[in-house]
Order: sequence, then structure tokens, then C-alpha cells
Amino acid sequence: MGFELDDIAFAFAGRPVLDGVSLALEGGRFHGIVGPNGCGKTTLVDLLCRYRRPLRGGIRLGGRRLPDWPRRQLAREIALVPQNFYINFPFTVRDVVMMGRHPYIPRFGSPSAHDVETVERVLAEAGVAGMSGRLVTELSGGERQRVVFARALAQDTPVLVLDEATSNLDVGHAVRLLGLAADQVRRQGRTAIGVFQDLNQAAAWCDRLVFMRDGRVAAAGPTADVLTPETIESVFGVRARVFFEPFSNSLQVAFRSQDA
Amino acid sequence: MVAGRLTGDPDWVRGMNDIFPVVVLDVRLPRILTAALVGGGLAMSGVVFQGILLNPLADPYTLGVSAGAAFGAALAILLNLGALGSASVPLFAFAGAAATLAAVVYLSSAEGLSSNSLILSGIIVASILSAGISFLKYVADEQVAVIIFWLMGSFASKSWGDVALAGASTAAALGVFLVFAREMNLMSLGPQMAASLGVDTRRVTLTLLVTASLVAAVCVSVAGIIGFVGLLVPHLMRLVVGPDNRRLVPASLLAGALLLLAADTLTRAVLPAEVPIGVLTALIGGPFFCYVFRRQQSARRVW
Repeated sequence: MGFELDDIAFAFAGRPVLDGVSLALEGGRFHGIVGPNGCGKTTLVDLLCRYRRPLRGGIRLGGRRLPDWPRRQLAREIALVPQNFYINFPFTVRDVVMMGRHPYIPRFGSPSAHDVETVERVLAEAGVAGMSGRLVTELSGGERQRVVFARALAQDTPVLVLDEATSNLDVGHAVRLLGLAADQVRRQGRTAIGVFQDLNQAAAWCDRLVFMRDGRVAAAGPTADVLTPETIESVFGVRARVFFEPFSNSLQVAFRSQDA
Repeated sequence: MVAGRLTGDPDWVRGMNDIFPVVVLDVRLPRILTAALVGGGLAMSGVVFQGILLNPLADPYTLGVSAGAAFGAALAILLNLGALGSASVPLFAFAGAAATLAAVVYLSSAEGLSSNSLILSGIIVASILSAGISFLKYVADEQVAVIIFWLMGSFASKSWGDVALAGASTAAALGVFLVFAREMNLMSLGPQMAASLGVDTRRVTLTLLVTASLVAAVCVSVAGIIGFVGLLVPHLMRLVVGPDNRRLVPASLLAGALLLLAADTLTRAVLPAEVPIGVLTALIGGPFFCYVFRRQQSARRVW
């Protein structure tokens, strides 16, 4: 299930954040969105999840205009792992992951056997089964991020949106969770869209990249085509070298300090 | 005696003074029921305010409902509005609370009813109103004592009408809260995450806040301003039954009812002189809350 964005614009308090973004994020791929701080990456994610509405332009999901999707049905299509997650109330890890099943459970119904099964499975997959009885208020930032990731997996949607979902994770957990997302894309034909700070992480996992700068798309396409020293320099203003790295079997980027 | 009235069997009341049934049925029973209903209503709306505003320190008065009610009541007392009979003070209190709520929601709606903007708007409106109340007290002369007494809250001389009002609003609110209890759980993940799980965050926020504020407004207009029940009870019940609103709402309803009933019994029957109930709850609830708060904090201490 893919997205088509047509001439999207968005502004916060009169300050334009996105301006004229047209983009096709095709289904069955792992898309990476990269760009400098404040270039509108997170706003783009908010628009894709319909948390905000564009001032201009339209977004389609699976050919259907985003505003036309019923709320509950949309929640069965898109799951979100947000950048910041903070919870003030002492729910257990299992409670939070079970919340991911909300779109499937009728208003006064109880979780079905399938819901419970799904929750147990993703608890194990995301490596949080061992802490399923702990309170989320007492977890570290990284642990909480893994729980939120598990919650998104429990939502069991064709589209997974990751907004810097691994920013607090150690390398072991980051590789494990991104591997899970990539696996869902490759084996089950789902779509993943991730915002990344780390270009090398994006290069290693994504088959499509979108470079953004000042609220516009600077370059978009297959990773091998758009991940070039020229694009990186024009978007981030740093000199870089791009090379194939056989161990990760992907393109990687090396940087050099500007004065060297 | 109550059983006698219910069953219509005169044997139950044989041998009692004629005045007893009047005392019990028309004085004590309405008072007891009102206290329980108001306690339950305040505790339950405290749960909702804390849940929706993502703030464990919120209470039914966070949006300025109490200040609005107090202003309305003070105005009615000052102007000596007798046109509506004994109902004029509660009616004005309710109108004040409802108007305050509308103002706060309007003020914060530009920012999509985020919890920060709601709390801030509540503080702004409440502080304007409390200056207004001070002004009313200043110009009130003789009625100032009446105003102050009303503000401190009391269950003395409650009628069956009060019971019906408090009962109807508390029951209706319980229904609304239970219908939205699971959405309320999801809202504690934050509005963005709740929205991504299919919750209409704006509608849920508005429905729950308006319902909770109206219950609080009815409670205030019936009994005056009774603090700490709406803050303390949800906290304690969260320690007992956990944060799941499907259990927390009914548990808080019961605990709040018991608490105010006990407090009212204490002030009526045990203490030598009747202390205003709002003062009593704050005097007992405040220190107790400090204890709970401190204990929770030290359980989390790192060093």
C-alpha cells in the first residue's frame, strides 16, 4: 500500500514548513526520509498519518484520498512509532502493546484469542517479552522505544511509519528492530517509511531515499541512484564519499571535516 | 424505618416518635445521599481530567470550574436574587461554571485543545475570576459571610431535589466515561499516538472534558467547593486498581462516595462544631496527599 503526495504545503504559525512536496512512496518498499534538522521530516510524517492536515494539496493512500478513510480503518492501515514517547500513567508493558490492538477490538468487547496471540508474538519479536509485566513509567528511554515499536507491530498494518524510531537505541536493538521492519517489507510486502538522522542507517536499510531540504524534496529515488556525494553536499553542506560496503551489503557514506 | 417506608409496612416504624421519620427521610437521608453522589462525581471527574490532560496533578477544578461557580454564586448572593427562590444560588453557580468552561475551551481551541493550552487557559480564566470574587466580597458588606460560607461547602439542609440532580448527573457521566474508557487509556499515550490508533482525539477530549466539567459544576452548585476529593481519590485508586480507566472510573466513584460520606459524618456527628466540609477535606486530604506524593517520589529515588 503506497502513498501519493501532490503539491503538499504546510505551515506553522505562518512559517512555511513544507512547500510544494510531490512524491510517490510506492508500496512494498522501505523508504527513508533524510534531511537537515527542521527541514520538515516530522511534519511530513504527521501529514502521512493524518495527524495534521495539509494546507494545500492532497495525499492518497492506496489510491484513496486520505481524508476519505474512516478513522478506525486507517488505524488498521498505518501504524506509527513516534519520535518522542512519554507516558505519565503506570500501565504495564503488555497493556501498552495490547493498546495496538485497539482498532480490532469492538467498543465493549474483550481482546480475542488472536489479539492475545499477536501481542505475545510481537513482545517476543521486539525483544521485550522479558519486561512485559513491568511498568512503562519505570523503563529507560531505549526500553520505552522498544515497547512503542512492539505496540506498532501489534497494530499489524500494511504501512509502518518510523519517526526516528531508533534514535535512543543501542546498536544491537537498532539493528534488530530495523531488521524486523525490513523483514516485514521483504517477506510480507508491507511498506515502511522511516525518518532517519543517520545516513548510513538509512543507506543500509532503505531501498528508496527521499532527501528533503527547506520544506522541499531535494532528491528522491532508489538509494543507489540518489545517494551521491553531490546530493549529500547540496542538502547537508558536508563533503562525503559514497562507497559500496560488502559486509552490510549496502552503500555507506564517509564524511570528512570541512577544513581538512 | 427506611425499610418501613419502602415496604409500606407500618410495623417497622411502630413505637417511634413521629418526628423521627421526618428527620431521617427528609433531613439525614438526602444529606447522606448528596454527600455520596457529590463525592463520587468529583472523584470520577478527577480521573477524567487527569487522564485527558495527561497530568496526574489535574483535578475537576483545573479548568476553572470552581472559580466560575464561585463567581456565579457570589454574584447571586450579592445581588440577593430571590426571583428563582432557593435555587438561584446553585443556578448561578452552574451558569458561572458552564460559562467558564466555554471560555476556556474557546481559548484553547486554536491550538487543537492540547493539554498545555487547556491548563494554561484554565489558570488564566480562574485568576481573572478570583480577582472578580475578591471584588464582589469587597463590595458585599453584610453578605460577605454568606459568600464565604457557601464557598467552603456544606451538605447541611440538602433536599431530595439536590439528590436527584447530583444523582442524575453522576449517573449520566458514569455512562459517558465508561463508553470512552478505552479511548481514555489510549489518550494517555499522547494525542498523536491515540490518533494513529483510530481515536478521534478532538471529539473524545471535548466530550470527556465537557462531561467531567458539568458533573463538577453540578457538584459545586449543590454543595459548594469541596477540594482534594477529585485529586486524591484518583491517585489512591490508581495505586489500588491500576491505571486502566475501565476499572479506575467505577473504583474512584465508589471511593469518592465513601470518602465524602465519611467526612460529612465526621463533621456532623463526631466533631463538636460543624466544620465546613470543604475545609475538612482539604485539612485531612492535603497532608495525606503530601504523604502519598512523598512516598511515591522516594520509591523512584535514584541515589
